[in-house]
Amino acid sequence: MNNASDTAAHAAPPAGSRFGFKRTRNLGERFIEAILFAISMATVAVTIGIVGLLIVESAYFFERVSIVEFLTSKQWTIMFEEKHFGVLPLLAGTLVTSTVALLFAVPVGTTAAIYLSEFATARVREIVKPSLELLAGIPTVVYGYFALLMVTPALQWFMPDLPGFNMLGPGLVIGIMIIPYITSVAEDAMRSVPMQMREGSYAMGATRLQTALRVVVPAATSGIVAAYILGISRAVGETMVVAVAAGQQPNFTWDPTEPGATITAFIVQVALGDLPHGSIEYQSIFAVGLVLVLMTLLFNVLGHWARTRFREAY
Amino acid sequence: MLDVQAIQELVRKGRRYDAIFAIIGLFCMMIGILMLAVLLGGLVDDGAHRLNWTFFENFPSRRAQRAGILSAMVGSTLVMLITAATAIPFGVGAAIYLEEYARRNWVTNLIEINVTNLAGVPSIIYGLLALGLFVYALDFGQSILSAGLTLALMILPVIIVSTREAIRAIPSSIREAAYAVGATRWQLVRDHIVPYSAGGILTGIIIGLARAIGETAPIITIGALTVIAFLPDSPFTGEFPYLSFEWMKSPFTVMPIQMFNWLSRPQAAFQENAAAAGLVLVVMTLIMNGAAIWLRMRFRKRIKW
Repeated sequence: MNNASDTAAHAAPPAGSRFGFKRTRNLGERFIEAILFAISMATVAVTIGIVGLLIVESAYFFERVSIVEFLTSKQWTIMFEEKHFGVLPLLAGTLVTSTVALLFAVPVGTTAAIYLSEFATARVREIVKPSLELLAGIPTVVYGYFALLMVTPALQWFMPDLPGFNMLGPGLVIGIMIIPYITSVAEDAMRSVPMQMREGSYAMGATRLQTALRVVVPAATSGIVAAYILGISRAVGETMVVAVAAGQQPNFTWDPTEPGATITAFIVQVALGDLPHGSIEYQSIFAVGLVLVLMTLLFNVLGHWARTRFREAY
Repeated sequence: MLDVQAIQELVRKGRRYDAIFAIIGLFCMMIGILMLAVLLGGLVDDGAHRLNWTFFENFPSRRAQRAGILSAMVGSTLVMLITAATAIPFGVGAAIYLEEYARRNWVTNLIEINVTNLAGVPSIIYGLLALGLFVYALDFGQSILSAGLTLALMILPVIIVSTREAIRAIPSSIREAAYAVGATRWQLVRDHIVPYSAGGILTGIIIGLARAIGETAPIITIGALTVIAFLPDSPFTGEFPYLSFEWMKSPFTVMPIQMFNWLSRPQAAFQENAAAAGLVLVVMTLIMNGAAIWLRMRFRKRIKW
């Protein structure tokens, strides 16, 4: 009796309990890893969802509207009796507002970045960098208010003929919105240029400005271009400023003083109305949404290409 | 031959250009802050007189003077609850997986590229996804639940990226020490990685939520631009089980939508309401972002590895 329990105790527990402990421990670990993996794959599912949904609804749209009309017609009159489905007016609106924004934001943002990286003292930088983040956090609908009720009236002082809804004001405001992004990313790129390169330049007798423009900026080109690309994709995807202040009229024009609508503003405009599931209006916002995603994807690819193309190895 | 005068002239010219550029640069740097000041000034000028207790206590109304932002404030709060409850576990979980668990293989690469790309997708596209998926396919309708989930998807990349940065800042000696005393991977994550990166994670969460609270476009896209003059059911009930989830299915409005609604009316009185709502919104996001930046600086200073 005593012996039997002794042998049993010797045979099983020590080894068994140790291995048993390890097995449950491994099981728990595996389980947690599996959950975390599933969570990560959920982000991929989001992308698949976006792409899948856009393609499926666009396919329905293009069953009813020919791709040729979509890409060549210069009218987008989905809200009227006689419907035309030409994406060109929306594309033109998007390009006009983005171009105005970039023409304003690129020079200002780059200059500010050069100043911040090469001229400003560490203390100034410590204050300015976080305030750029604060600026980037202002809600876009507030910028819409800014464009409609403050910038456009101010522009009308100089241009009395400017209509209350136009693309110039929103374009400028989008420019103001993306300056913090451009400044911040471009400054990071310039700061990461090694100090020796600046010292070499100073040793040759170059001034600060010459060093900044001829040594630092060329060395940081890849990062600066990435900053511009980030700015472009923000400008192209910006919605509320244009929806509030540009008039929501699809208008095939390259003149920024006229009212217009961008792809994003059109989506908002349609979504504001009654939007029955499966109607042509419902499908059209997915079709133009697909165009918008393709545009931003194109910019992302361009940005990636620019980063590798202009990369400087020190 | 070195001409001393020519060199002096050259130096002076260089200094002059430096000074001129410094002034231009300073101005360019200040433009953003200047504009923020003008914007705030304008909002205060137009809307400050509307900011009193009744503005916070009233529902939207056809009469501008009696309209308020009560339903919008409550709506924003409830939507943020859903957003936080979904985006935080998913964002932090994905970041922990990518930093601590993932092997270097094509699946990991796929996830990483995907997160980068998601961060660049315009917000309105998330609205389209939500319209097709949450509103119609899953039949959540134009509800608080749909809006909260939409914004959660939108800020997921923000939380993932900042959490990863915070985790990456933890030196590998911490990990090695934990493994050396026999910790499992999960024990390491639970007892060391998450607590040490909590500051950075919190910063990312606040910045993400600040972005979500001001976001308008995706919520309009799911079709939520309506005048809401009632509050959703309370999440707390008098009887067991004391919690109710009916509020998730309720129609709603949020702060930026309410502002957009007032802004798109032509009457000046409503635009004053828009300015007042905008002021509240700007102050809220400034406080949230400011808190995030302050937290980050505090943690950066305190932790010395």
